[in-house]
Amino acid sequence: MAVNVTKKQDEQTSPLRRYWREGLVLVLFFVAANALAWRAVHLQVEQREFLASQGDRRHERVLPIPAHRGQITDRNGEPLAISVPVETVWANPRELSQHLDRLPAVAQILGMDARKLIGDVQGQAERQFMYVRRHLPPEVGQQVRSLRVPGLYLQREYRRFYPGGEVMSHVVGFTNIDDEAQEGVERTYDEWLRGEPGARRVIKDLRGGVVEELDMIREARPGKTVPLSIDRRLQYLAYRELKVGVEENAARAGTAVLLDVRTGEVLAMVNLPSYNPNNRQDIRPEALRNRAMIDMFEPGSTMKPFSVIAALESGKFRPESPIDTAPGYMKVDRFTIRDHHNYGLLDVTGVIRKSSNIGVTKMAMVIGKERLWDLYDRLGFGHASGLGFPGESSGRLLHFRDWSGSDIATHAYGYGMSVTAAQLAQAYAVMANHGRRVPVSLLRVDVPPEGEPVISSEVADVMLRMMEEVTKDGGTGTRARVAGFRVAGKTGTARKSEAGGYASDKYVAVFAGVAPASRPRLALVVMIDEPSEGAYYGGQVAGPIFSRIMNGALRLLNVTPDDLPAGQQIARIAPEART
Amino acid sequence: MRRGSLDTRAGWLTRWLRLDPFMLFLLLLVTLIGLGVGYSASGASVEQLTRQGIRYGLAFALMLAVAYVPPRFLRAWAPWFYGVGLLLLIAVDVAGEIGKGAQRWLDLGVVRFQPSELMKLAVPMMVAWYLADRPTPPRLLDVFVALLLIGVPMVLVMIQPDLGTALLVGSAGFFVLFLAGLPWRMLFGFALMAAAAVPVMWSYVMHDYQRQRVLTLFDPERDPLGTGYHIIQSKIAIGSGGLYGKGWLQGTQAHLDFLPEGTTDFILAVFAEEFGLMGVAVLLALYLLIILRGLFVATQAASSFGRLLAGAIGLTFFVYVFVNAGMVAGLLPVVGVPLPLVSYGGTSLVTLMIGFGILMSIHSHRGILGRAH
Repeated sequence: MAVNVTKKQDEQTSPLRRYWREGLVLVLFFVAANALAWRAVHLQVEQREFLASQGDRRHERVLPIPAHRGQITDRNGEPLAISVPVETVWANPRELSQHLDRLPAVAQILGMDARKLIGDVQGQAERQFMYVRRHLPPEVGQQVRSLRVPGLYLQREYRRFYPGGEVMSHVVGFTNIDDEAQEGVERTYDEWLRGEPGARRVIKDLRGGVVEELDMIREARPGKTVPLSIDRRLQYLAYRELKVGVEENAARAGTAVLLDVRTGEVLAMVNLPSYNPNNRQDIRPEALRNRAMIDMFEPGSTMKPFSVIAALESGKFRPESPIDTAPGYMKVDRFTIRDHHNYGLLDVTGVIRKSSNIGVTKMAMVIGKERLWDLYDRLGFGHASGLGFPGESSGRLLHFRDWSGSDIATHAYGYGMSVTAAQLAQAYAVMANHGRRVPVSLLRVDVPPEGEPVISSEVADVMLRMMEEVTKDGGTGTRARVAGFRVAGKTGTARKSEAGGYASDKYVAVFAGVAPASRPRLALVVMIDEPSEGAYYGGQVAGPIFSRIMNGALRLLNVTPDDLPAGQQIARIAPEART
Repeated sequence: MRRGSLDTRAGWLTRWLRLDPFMLFLLLLVTLIGLGVGYSASGASVEQLTRQGIRYGLAFALMLAVAYVPPRFLRAWAPWFYGVGLLLLIAVDVAGEIGKGAQRWLDLGVVRFQPSELMKLAVPMMVAWYLADRPTPPRLLDVFVALLLIGVPMVLVMIQPDLGTALLVGSAGFFVLFLAGLPWRMLFGFALMAAAAVPVMWSYVMHDYQRQRVLTLFDPERDPLGTGYHIIQSKIAIGSGGLYGKGWLQGTQAHLDFLPEGTTDFILAVFAEEFGLMGVAVLLALYLLIILRGLFVATQAASSFGRLLAGAIGLTFFVYVFVNAGMVAGLLPVVGVPLPLVSYGGTSLVTLMIGFGILMSIHSHRGILGRAH
């Protein structure tokens, strides 16, 4: 392209000088073309895999699929905890802050203050994530979705709903807003309930919207249903009666545990104060505790049947063996043990009926501390139930080798050791189950376990008959009677221990018993903490509550009465069924 | 030189429509590619495809019209174009409407018009007009005047600021000067001066964002979400194409909006992702042929004005392709230069097609002009 070169110059100059211009253009041309070609090869061949994977990393995402949490039901399949789908609105403030004009409409649907929402979004404009509103009904979520506001996203979540409310809350527990187990059965059986989230691989565009489903890595596996041993009807009954009792006695707290003696199932377990798991905004911490399994107390006289059982099993005592409790007090080591009255000469049954501290102490001292401790230990005192309930207490039972001089006496009548209401109920259930111990269960038991013999069945049955005396005239627990049924039980009134000794005016009133005594079905422990309306004896305070709960439970379960007045026909409405 | 060839070899296209059939064929091929890639890059938007199709139609019509205008008219009009362009540029700078943060557009009521685009053609025409009848090699004074003719509009475009177009306007003018026989000593001198001017430009003339773009070129990862974002995404798109590409409409980077400006400046990355190295090779080969054809037309031109202008148009087209491809491939800084004939958008397409119209006019009128001489 030597353009304006004249012919004259053409002839004068060498080819190199004549064509340097064309040469330069061509050289530049090919250098540039080669640079582009080299670059294309470099990117598309040499760096291909790296760049392609970089590209995939930008748009391929593995998203979790939330698993539906399993239901918790009572023994008859009534729902106690169910997960309902909800929508959560979240925002990418960086993106959303470009569309503030759209927010008033959003705020209106969500029932929020528009100015506050705009302020929140602006305040976090550098962030990429903020919750706007969680757990909305699906139809509200749909309304928000249909606004199609850039930067505003919805996420499917599950909200846990507890139909049983405060009646069931201690047993069932609850999950937090992120569906993570916090308390109770929710936590104990979390593995079963929570299922396994699935995962899917998707292509997302720059704005985070899912463009295409690539593949399902795995389906979400929903959690399993957990059927509890709890009977919803009995639980409501127990809660209602306990609540009345706690209010009447202006007590600090109360607990009731109802067991099926043959299967070890917990049919009802209630505590006061309680809380509503569906609205946990201002729960007092003390209301959260499932006292039946967490709180320990000194069982007092309710332990006496077991020290007497130990004495009977030793062969050194029989129900009619005489025991002299006069003059109503005795010295053990440095301590003086007293009865309420001087009961004089009693037989073993009389010791139980009158709840004589001196009587059980004398028997315990004859058989020795090892036998006493051994029975307590076999009954499960000092051991966790094996339920794995969060915060569960195993009670406190010192090994007999560590007992000091007077400890044998105090253990004989239920001091110097601590139990939970659940443990006590289980021990009574063992007695009622002819001495066989079956594990306590919060889950429904379809095949009753064989159980292990802890007490000889003869002694257990004898003990039941002795305990029937407690609810008969002249006993301490007459107010625990149930019309139409024989009730075997024991009262307990224990002073509360405080720092430095026992409080003078704080008591735990307990009644523990089983019914029907002739053919036991149910074991029930009612514990009232710090009654403050004057009465504080177990028989006075806990007895009536025991009576009402047991009465209702026996009738609801259609148990055949075993104590009808002579000559009255037993009208069997339906065959006895274990529900 | 080969004056008789027109009558014997050229068909009716050349005779009646004043077209260059070979060039027309190449342009149509590239245009087709442009429509295809643009359709994909716009997310299969028929609406955008239609609009681009209409733009192509208008641009080809303009090319036809310009091809019909004999080069001597173009030459006669050159100072007018240049003068009007210069005035418009000043108008844009003074009262231009703000578009994309830079003042480039002049709102004429009906259409928005970019005077800097006009200057891409007006500057080489003016320089060619000035140098065509002067002695070769040009005297120092002529070189000086030519540099002034190039420099003034170039600076006006640069302060808009539009570095990419300023570069194209400047190189178009400079190519005329170069082809007019600029002695190699002077060329060497200019190169030295340009090299010396780089630090000054860097410190005083370039805007901060422009400096960022250059720095980003050397290390895109220094600001992957900001200035480096374009280059990183573009490289990823090109690289994921591999040898054979992902197939038409199958590219993910552009479709998912990860690649910015996918239909305009960065359309080559979309093309590379979908058609791979093979596609890129074919497209670059087509561009190469267009440039070579342009240069060939220049060598065949009848007048020195035609030779200078045709050569400059061909070489400017080359710069066009190289700057855009280099930018998309991460070889050059990000300057706003579209991929000629393929990127969506009207103004640059119109300028380009007018340029090709001029090329065709120069080619098809060489017999007539030759006789006139």
